Amino acid sequence: MAGAVPIVTVRPAEATPAMLASAIRNVTNGAAVKTGKVKLDIPPLVENGNTVPMTVSVDSPMAPEDHVASIHVFNEKNPQPNIGNFYLGPHAGRAQVSTRVRLADSQKIVAIAKLSDGSYWSASADVVVTLAACTEELI
Amino acid sequence: MASALINVPAKAKRGDIIEIKTLMSHIMETGYRHTATGEVVPRDIITSFTCRFNGAEIFRADLFPAISANPFITFFTTVTQSGKFEFEWIGDKGFSETASASITVE
Repeated sequence: MAGAVPIVTVRPAEATPAMLASAIRNVTNGAAVKTGKVKLDIPPLVENGNTVPMTVSVDSPMAPEDHVASIHVFNEKNPQPNIGNFYLGPHAGRAQVSTRVRLADSQKIVAIAKLSDGSYWSASADVVVTLAACTEELI
Repeated sequence: MASALINVPAKAKRGDIIEIKTLMSHIMETGYRHTATGEVVPRDIITSFTCRFNGAEIFRADLFPAISANPFITFFTTVTQSGKFEFEWIGDKGFSETASASITVE
């Protein structure tokens, strides 16, 4: 009989909010992450998820006794939760990095800064992507 | 061929905060794409970027597949003396490229 053939669709690997949380834990070792100090500049609506400009800046005097040690950027729905880790120091003068990222879907981006006193600060932004980065595209 | 674009001011005053812009041509293949026959295209990305000034590390980044092709990274540094910035990109499949730029500090 022409019975119902179960259709098994293989979903693309996708980072889940749980993976995002675990990736953040890997960086912070469970320390509390406070909201603030960090500014995440990314367009709220992008046409092409393959190259999305992003700037992270942190409000910090960048002095030897009070500076940003590192900046970590995460996403919610790409196959992997990490986007990039950036290590700087007091000599940077200004705690700001820019790069271009891939987004596989409309999602939340989280930036976390580690300060020299060991505290963590974060900012997040939601981005709507109309054409996703091609994790599924055939080549 | 891999090639780098570096933008560093040629001159600066002592104590100035300068912006450094870098771009390395690279496919940044994510490892999540498939060919028409269903095979996974192996990952081929730059995993690490380092900038040193007169031999001392001033900036480092770990890159993941979520960084766009031809990774473009900008950051800042305070200049206190003339010298040479050295940039290094390291990645999968033995990828390793370097570039340098000099600055004169008055």
